[in-house]
Amino acid sequence: MNAEGLARWQFGITTVYHFLMVPLTIGLSLVVAWFQTRWYRTGDDAYLRLTKFFGKLFLINFAMGVVTGIVQEFQFGMNWANYSRFVGDVFGAPLAMEALVAFFLESTFLGLWIFGWGRLSKKVHLMTIWAAAIGTTLSAYFIIAANSWMQHPVGVRFNPTTGRAEMTDVWAVLTNPTTLAAYPHVIFGALMTAAVFVGGISAWLLLKQSTVLGNPDLVALRRSLRGAIWLTFFAGAAVAVSGHFQTRMMFEQQPMKMAAAEALCSTEKGPGLSILAIGDVSAECDVRSFVIPQALSLLATDKTGSTIEGVKDINARYQELYGPGDYRPNLIVTYWGFRLMIGFGVVAATGAAAALWFTRKGKVPPPWRWLPAATIAVVFTPFLANSFGWIFTEMGRQPWVVAPNPNGLPEVRLLTANAVSPSVAGWTVLVSLVGFTLVYGFLAIIEMKLLVRYVKAGPHAVMPIGHDESQDHGDDDAGRASETSEGDTLAFAY
Amino acid sequence: MELHTLWFLLIAVLWTGYFFLEGFDFGVGMLLHVLGKTETDRRVMINTIGPVWDGNEVWLLTAGGATFAAFPYWYATLFSGFYLPLFLILIALIFRGVAFEYRGKIDRESWRARWDLAIAFGSWVPAVLWGVAFANIVRGVPINEAGDYTGTLFTLLNPFGLLGGAVTASLFMLHGANFLALKTEGDIRERARSLSARLAPVAVVLGGVFLVWNQLERGAAWTWASVAAAAVALLVGVGAARTAREGVAFAATGVAIAAAVVSLFGGLYPDVMPSSTNEAFNLTVANASSTGYTLKVMSVVALVMTPVVLVYQAWTYWVFRRRIGHRHIPAVHVPE
Repeated sequence: MNAEGLARWQFGITTVYHFLMVPLTIGLSLVVAWFQTRWYRTGDDAYLRLTKFFGKLFLINFAMGVVTGIVQEFQFGMNWANYSRFVGDVFGAPLAMEALVAFFLESTFLGLWIFGWGRLSKKVHLMTIWAAAIGTTLSAYFIIAANSWMQHPVGVRFNPTTGRAEMTDVWAVLTNPTTLAAYPHVIFGALMTAAVFVGGISAWLLLKQSTVLGNPDLVALRRSLRGAIWLTFFAGAAVAVSGHFQTRMMFEQQPMKMAAAEALCSTEKGPGLSILAIGDVSAECDVRSFVIPQALSLLATDKTGSTIEGVKDINARYQELYGPGDYRPNLIVTYWGFRLMIGFGVVAATGAAAALWFTRKGKVPPPWRWLPAATIAVVFTPFLANSFGWIFTEMGRQPWVVAPNPNGLPEVRLLTANAVSPSVAGWTVLVSLVGFTLVYGFLAIIEMKLLVRYVKAGPHAVMPIGHDESQDHGDDDAGRASETSEGDTLAFAY
Repeated sequence: MELHTLWFLLIAVLWTGYFFLEGFDFGVGMLLHVLGKTETDRRVMINTIGPVWDGNEVWLLTAGGATFAAFPYWYATLFSGFYLPLFLILIALIFRGVAFEYRGKIDRESWRARWDLAIAFGSWVPAVLWGVAFANIVRGVPINEAGDYTGTLFTLLNPFGLLGGAVTASLFMLHGANFLALKTEGDIRERARSLSARLAPVAVVLGGVFLVWNQLERGAAWTWASVAAAAVALLVGVGAARTAREGVAFAATGVAIAAAVVSLFGGLYPDVMPSSTNEAFNLTVANASSTGYTLKVMSVVALVMTPVVLVYQAWTYWVFRRRIGHRHIPAVHVPE
């Protein structure tokens, strides 16, 4: 494999890995902030218990998300120097804004939240978790804007002297319709991830540890389970709706990606939607199975009988436009990535529906032995859906790193093959690819080990039963709490 | 002032902020085994930077992002050229960040000992390599006509580069010792102070030789002032540490770090990355920068956001202004 192939693998591995943590960080920051708000408003101990328990799991996950994020920013320059030169004038801006507007907010206020127990007033302390949650949610906007520009470049001109894309309208870049469609999809996906995480863990503890956990834990977990189920439905519906808008838009903006996603090889009038394919979608065009008539036409244009261009025809058109070459993405990955994304999302929602059914009217769930394991299995599904979603959308953009905008300037386009760093040898990329993969794999094991340990122990491990919350906040005046609190011990320390 | 010059200044400011802030938390990590004799000692040390290290690290992300946005050609050449050092820095920062969060999560001696090693490794590696990298940036590295680095890893390991690494390592360690003396109480405070007194001469000599060397090779007349400022600051710091004025000592190493960055960037301007192959291939503020429009947009964002960030980061330091000692450290309370 050459440097390009290795660099692509490295980007894929490090990005998918990073994005295992990110949606949970975004979603869980909002959920924990919500728990703490409920506690602040009602004074109900159960919410404090949930804040501390899920807050701890949030932090274990957050640490990995942060450290793997630095790699993402550096990687553009390290492996993709020619990409950076081509797009830097427009692509660098949202990255710098992300750091300046969002990352500072997120990390500074999270530090205040972690160490602020007992030192800040309840009100100010609550504000810090919201500031961190807003920071992390905002950070997604900027990076989605940057990514959307690669899918659908807008707000630029092409400078033939420098041979690069140059920004002419930052507002157009930040309000790219692709961004406006992708951002809600990502955020609701993150909320769904967190909801299933909270619900699945609550359900597992209720099923498996109910004899070990004390009553306050059980009361709190029942509440988080119910809340998480409804949040899963709400976020799941929003994911589906935003996904539909995104799909329709992508048929216009990146017809090749969508034709590949449907394994639609030749142009058809009123094509159907293939649920699955039996056979090799890359080899022949007639392997689309379980086709729902007209459904693809509906999906793409909201009406039947529309003509949808197939992969082969788009490829021929692109060869005329952009010169000789193969402009088809990997059909197997694109077709199956799209289906696995949706499939795992549906499994997650079904899990929530089952949980709702089993716990209706305070019923006791059936004593099936596999039920706890199934609950944990469902927790993984949104993570898989997120990963396959990104694999689909990024692989579907290939062979472009900056896909040409059909209604924009045709010069603003860049093939992935032309984006790599000319000065970086293949073996160097191999070193970092192997290095990152080993370190990430090792740390994944550690993170899982810690999460399992803290989940199994249940809320009372981080907040003992009978714990007096007034110790956590001595006074409602900021600053004074630290001076007046009993003893000198910190309420939280590493 | 032209916008690309303003952005050259802003990037110097961001690196100054980064080295000032993460400089001391690198220093704390480098000294973890040196000053932390017992488990409680180490927890005291880690908790002095616990609430702030992550916010400090964002200065690096901002410096990287700002370089990408304002000087894409600089960003591309630097990051692809210094590939392996940056890879090592990334691995170090990954272990370090995770270590802070995870070391106390399991109550076992061997578990903590391993994460302590990760903190030390994760602090030493970047403390040395940032110095090597910046020394090489100002010294000039082989860059071809297309703006691509043509050297190897060993090109960077020249005497000036290695000295640069020793300078940042010793300065950050000193900065960290002064920070610990300022933020702790009891035994650790005493030990940090006496270590600072012993480290200071090393940092003064290394830093002095490095900055004067740099000044003679490529300094502008005015950057003599920053060299002098760095020297004066370090000497004031030595005196202050001796007389237990820890705030002054810490501010002094901070000023020395800032003056050193000014000195390097001052000598660099108007280049951003000179080529040792041919002067005509130098990357400069003019030929490496983004367009005027992009720089204008970014200027507005930076001028609005930077003061806001400074205010709330300063507030964090105010909230956690108290010294920490053994008596503040709570008992370990984690799941079995």
